[in-house]
Amino acid sequence: MRAPGDANGDIMTMSEGELAVAELHFVRDRAIEAQPPPAAMTGAMGWIRANLLSTPFNIALTLIIVGLLLWVVPELVKFLFLDAAWSGVDRDACREAMQHRPIGACWPFVWERLPYFIYGSYPIPDRWRVDVFFAMLAFGVVWLLWLEAPRRDIGSLYFFVVLPVCSFILLHGWALIGLEVVDTVLWGGVLVTIVVSSVGIVVSLPLGILLALGRRSHMPTVRLLSTIYIEFVRGVPLITVLFMASVMLPLFVPERFEPDKLLRALVGIALFASAYMAEVVRAGLQAIPKGQFEGAMAVGLGYWQAMRLIILPQALRITIPNIVNTYIGLFKDTTLVFIVGIFDFLHTIEVSRIDPKWATPVTSATGYAVAAIFYWIFCYAMSRYARAIEARLAAGDKR
Amino acid sequence: MSMDVASGSAPAPVAFYNDPKIRSIAYQATLCAIVLFLVYGATTNAIEHLARAHIASGFGFWNNTAGFDISQTLIEYSSQGSTYGRAFWVGLLNTLLVAGLGIVLATILGFIVGISRLSKNWLLAKTAAGYVETIRNIPLLLQLLFWYNAVLKALPELRDSIVLGGAYLNNRGLFLPKPQFMRGSDEALVAAVVGIICAVVFYLWESRRQERTGKRGPVFTVAAILILGLPLAALAIEGFPIKFDFPQAGRFNIGGGIEVLPEFAALLFGLTIYTAAFIAEVVRAGILAVSRGQIEAAYSLGLRPRPTLRLIVVPQAMRVIIPPLTSQYLNLTKNSSLAVAIGYPDLVQVFTGTVLNQTGQAVEVVAITMLVYLSISLVTSLAMNIYNRRVALVER
Repeated sequence: MRAPGDANGDIMTMSEGELAVAELHFVRDRAIEAQPPPAAMTGAMGWIRANLLSTPFNIALTLIIVGLLLWVVPELVKFLFLDAAWSGVDRDACREAMQHRPIGACWPFVWERLPYFIYGSYPIPDRWRVDVFFAMLAFGVVWLLWLEAPRRDIGSLYFFVVLPVCSFILLHGWALIGLEVVDTVLWGGVLVTIVVSSVGIVVSLPLGILLALGRRSHMPTVRLLSTIYIEFVRGVPLITVLFMASVMLPLFVPERFEPDKLLRALVGIALFASAYMAEVVRAGLQAIPKGQFEGAMAVGLGYWQAMRLIILPQALRITIPNIVNTYIGLFKDTTLVFIVGIFDFLHTIEVSRIDPKWATPVTSATGYAVAAIFYWIFCYAMSRYARAIEARLAAGDKR
Repeated sequence: MSMDVASGSAPAPVAFYNDPKIRSIAYQATLCAIVLFLVYGATTNAIEHLARAHIASGFGFWNNTAGFDISQTLIEYSSQGSTYGRAFWVGLLNTLLVAGLGIVLATILGFIVGISRLSKNWLLAKTAAGYVETIRNIPLLLQLLFWYNAVLKALPELRDSIVLGGAYLNNRGLFLPKPQFMRGSDEALVAAVVGIICAVVFYLWESRRQERTGKRGPVFTVAAILILGLPLAALAIEGFPIKFDFPQAGRFNIGGGIEVLPEFAALLFGLTIYTAAFIAEVVRAGILAVSRGQIEAAYSLGLRPRPTLRLIVVPQAMRVIIPPLTSQYLNLTKNSSLAVAIGYPDLVQVFTGTVLNQTGQAVEVVAITMLVYLSISLVTSLAMNIYNRRVALVER
């Protein structure tokens, strides 16, 4: 029974009693190496145990979900890629009977119809105008949403005043400067979806701010009218507002001003969106302490000056995530113009999928898959942006 | 010598146009004038237009014969014998049916998904998150069209129906056996009512006992036995007086049984799956809003995870969940109007669609439709506010 590691030399010089004591170490005089944790508790195995297999119930859940994923994911991959038809000129490329194999997505159908999906029936030689519009819009959106961009005040002027005017001239045409007039009946596809949703946001934001201010006003009539408007619109489905705009609006205006079909839908969407925007802005206004307004009054600012310089910049800044979320809703809601006969993106898909030239069992599913991917990418990107802004604002508050 | 403050010169008189009170009145008068002018202009224009198009106004059309068929009617309706008013009620009931079922199903699915997102099981949490992110970011209309055109219309034809124990599934819908209650099933109904009353009484009694003694009996088990057991026992005594009317497949048609329209199924699927994704987020946010200290305190008092969830987390989370949940219910009800896109005969499809086209009385028809949805919204939010007040009162 010898202490581990004792030098042998010392033992020789010790007396017998000392030697006996020295040999009787009851306590270890140094720590031994810690044992590694059980292999099952670390690394990948440990993670799997803790997160997937911790209890019998969890094991069952995991097995069910793995089963579900093993069923869905391969089917999806097979449909979209492995079994898909990639080239061809008509429905024969996508028919099992002609190809003698199971067929998934019918991509040649999408390739051929892609210009229609994007531009609708917009005249082909004039489609560059749509491209310019897309570019201008993208420029404005980046300027407005990128918080470090220079001169964002000019950016909002550009987005809310210059862009709408230029876009209208560009898309609709103006004979005076040599742009041929393109009737809105010919507009379609992604173009209409983007136009409807951007008009929605460009009109609904200022209108929503006015309504929100009206609902918080001290003047009873203003408050009452704003509240009635907001609650009325929020209480009815968008589809009835669109019906109202498309069948009742022509009745309400003198005959010579009868609005065309697209304009009616735009009015409906804008009126609808502004009620929702008003509530979002109102929430932002409520978050600003009263002292800010009183302070502005104390230094001699009038109501509109105080709003423009002190309150709204702060309120709108904290409202950006909610504005973006409302816009996501608006973007998805633009599909409803389909029901009143406007050729938005979804409508062009719906029309194409029943085209006899491409009539196959998989055409519908392919068309819907393309639409789903399109909407999903846009909406998901916007919601990520809203979340990033939210995190940024929260970080600012934490100081 | 003291300064007399009041004796100083009176404040300079403010010009009347700078007086805030007068200004405010002037602004309001202007606003009223503008609104009245717009309403007046719209009305005169509308009257002129309608007169020129020879369209009657007023609600006289309500009692005219409808003359069109509706594919799903919960109440007696025939194209020749029924009026537009009757068609309105048929549409409204169909809307309420799909909205009511949708709310129940979406709540169940939404709570399951919302709680799953907070699960410790990584795979479950990520799958739930994937579901929410996918469904929320795709328009409802697209989802409805997908369910209707790509899934339900792609089912086999009538001849090759999928037969499942007396039920038929094909691209014309789902045909289920219809239970027919013969003589003697009234007793079962009475037994069911008695069972429910007994269960409620037992629940109240046990709650009282729990407050007094801290002990609580097996309320759930006893209630389940009372509510399900009593009617079953009554049926057994009567010798199960229920017959099933099985659907009969003919060559071109299926007769008998309960018919579930593919339009109805697609709308119900779409609304449920879409709204559940939003409800899941509401539930998740509500549960996360309960501070961790509450759960830790419950554990330190010796409560096990399940009672902690039931007694500590859920009651507090409900307070946060109820208001946004209400607006999701209202959204679902309003979204059910998308039925018009797939041809389910709801209020909008029957009334704002067919009746409007036949009568041309746009103003009246659209106004009635909007009023109906407004009333549904107001009633629902009223009911939810009452409930919300009760839940909120739990707080000191």
